[in-house]
Amino acid sequence: MKAAVIVSPGSNCDRDVQVALRQSAGSDPIMHWHADANLPDVDLIVIPGGFSYGDYLRAGALAAQSPVIREVVARANRGVPVLGICNGFQILTECGLLPGVLMRNAGLKFICRDVNLRVEATDTVFTRDYVNGQIIRIPVAHNEGNYFADDETLNRLDGENRVAFRYCSPEGEVTPAHNPNGAARNIAGILNEGRNVLGMMPHPERLAEALLGGTDGRPMFDSLVEALAPAA
Amino acid sequence: MKARIHITLKNGVLDPQGKATEHALTGLGFCGINDVRQGKYIEIDLAENDPARARASVEAMCAKLLANTVIENYEIDLDE
Repeated sequence: MKAAVIVSPGSNCDRDVQVALRQSAGSDPIMHWHADANLPDVDLIVIPGGFSYGDYLRAGALAAQSPVIREVVARANRGVPVLGICNGFQILTECGLLPGVLMRNAGLKFICRDVNLRVEATDTVFTRDYVNGQIIRIPVAHNEGNYFADDETLNRLDGENRVAFRYCSPEGEVTPAHNPNGAARNIAGILNEGRNVLGMMPHPERLAEALLGGTDGRPMFDSLVEALAPAA
Repeated sequence: MKARIHITLKNGVLDPQGKATEHALTGLGFCGINDVRQGKYIEIDLAENDPARARASVEAMCAKLLANTVIENYEIDLDE
């Protein structure tokens, strides 16, 4: 599997994603600078977390106008899998690949801790190694993770089974008490209509090897490698 | 020509910053505050001198980048 990780000024999870991809794929992804519109042919594009452009104007708004993002949108529309994590999710909503917007956390505080997620969709290249309803522990680290969309959009996401992850209790109950940031319907990650674009606030790359204290993030990278490896 | 742009959250969109500011103002003893909503103010100095063309151009800037129309409204004032 050939992957590219998009690097913007202010990206800070790009190296973590690189390590997680290397571990699962056995080879290094291309680290691709945002200003370079000539994105090589790849099987997977990852937009990592961080604070691209210092979160100026709105989180992800300026990076969404980067030369390479136009190409990412074109590739995504042709079916190339695109994974946006944290700031990457914000960029995916700002460039229109995913609906809605990530607003300031309801509690106004930057949240940096492990949360429990319920896996809600496993029929994707990102999540096929998880089990439907599985509860996983993944860290969040964000100030703008409060997912907002109008009711019509939320109903559509639910109706088309496009919510990939929801914040939940350790037992898997989806309740306001286990919603860290006020996100609508406890949404932590969503898919596009084609199910080849996933945006999520939690950071699977931060718990992808035992040395980091957990491995619940690893199946995502393994899923991608299995799904996107050339047929033997 | 100068464009002055006010960007505000749409009605019904929760504004936690505005709420926190409201609580702080009430805590300071300011009475009679019904609601506080926080937004952005942007000033753009334009080379364009034709008001119609300037407005059209700033409209496009707002729709494409300056505001996120999922949650925000914008208002443009032109200053000749």
